[in-house]
Amino acid sequence: MAEEKKEFWRWPEYRRTVPGKDWKGAQVITAGVDVGSVSSKTAIMVDGELYAYAIMRTGSSSAGSAEKVTNWALEGTGLTIKDIHYTVGTGYGRVNVPFAQRAITEIACHARGANFIWGPTVRTVLDMGGQDCKAIQCDSKGKVTNFLMNDKCAAGTGRGMEVFADLLNVPIEEVGPRSFEIDEEPEPVSSTCVVFAKTEAVGLLRAGWPTEKVLAAYTAAMAERVVDLLNRVGVEKDFVITGGISKNIGVVRRLEKRLGFQALPMKPEFDPMIAGSIGAALFAKALYEKGQ
Amino acid sequence: MIINYGYKDGSGEYFIVIDTARCNGCGACVTACPAGVLEMTTEFDPDTLEDMVIPHLTEEHAKKIKYSCAPCKPGQDMAGSSEAVVPPCVLACQPQAMTHSW
Repeated sequence: MAEEKKEFWRWPEYRRTVPGKDWKGAQVITAGVDVGSVSSKTAIMVDGELYAYAIMRTGSSSAGSAEKVTNWALEGTGLTIKDIHYTVGTGYGRVNVPFAQRAITEIACHARGANFIWGPTVRTVLDMGGQDCKAIQCDSKGKVTNFLMNDKCAAGTGRGMEVFADLLNVPIEEVGPRSFEIDEEPEPVSSTCVVFAKTEAVGLLRAGWPTEKVLAAYTAAMAERVVDLLNRVGVEKDFVITGGISKNIGVVRRLEKRLGFQALPMKPEFDPMIAGSIGAALFAKALYEKGQ
Repeated sequence: MIINYGYKDGSGEYFIVIDTARCNGCGACVTACPAGVLEMTTEFDPDTLEDMVIPHLTEEHAKKIKYSCAPCKPGQDMAGSSEAVVPPCVLACQPQAMTHSW
């Protein structure tokens, strides 16, 4: 009998309505729809405050994913897509959001969203997304002053981490904590490519390395690569990390160690994956008000 | 805003850098490029809420500019022999908004 294959890469998809918030009597209801290469996020904002959001895996159709994640964000709120005054699409699939009035690049949206979540002291935003990695410098208004995006390879991205979780049979949420269950910090894996890093990891396992040590070597390699990117745009405090990998403590701590300072901690009321969709929803509000 | 288009790989850093404060959206760089690396696109300006017109890398070339740009940079790949060669896209840019990192 075939053994059940567990999906170690799978991360939780969920929706949330912010407690104590209501849309009745609101002036402006806006949506930011961030269709990424791996995950889709919708943030619903009421008069410029976060009201509800949803995060789910992107399907084969950008338009379908945009609709699905937005309907899920609105579930149980009594609102439908028709009630939204203005929608901005962002992310990889931004031009394929059928009900969006405008598409804005994720760079502008991430900086604006990080400014909203962490406040005007944020100067550097690192977005570690599903298939790319962005280093952004911004001013006190969340306006981008310098940015760099690396989408040439999957190393240092969420998809790379998913592949590793599956390879090592470690649930993706445990990769970070377990990467510290080691006696001594190993050298980072030397390959920058996920496919070759995977081969290297298999070699290390065969050489008798415990899973935890391989996780440490991989998350360290990810951190090292990202520091290179950050140094090109320059890192200034306050520094924040958005995107799915920001939840991986193994990468974050090793990154902080190399930078010599810490990222601002995550805000419990905002999932760091929705920074881009929050920024898009805020731009939607500004654009709606401009049109009035 | 400074935009770094390109990538870093095992052999070096390959970035085409645009200063949007200087770029006037004329598109002379696009015309000057013999390889078709550049095209004009729009980027949202949060101050004016309008789109500004700026160049970016075409999808075809975005991940291989080391090679696509090589014919405009003779000698640069040979270790220690690189003379500073100003590529045509940079030369064509009147407001001096574009630089190459390599």
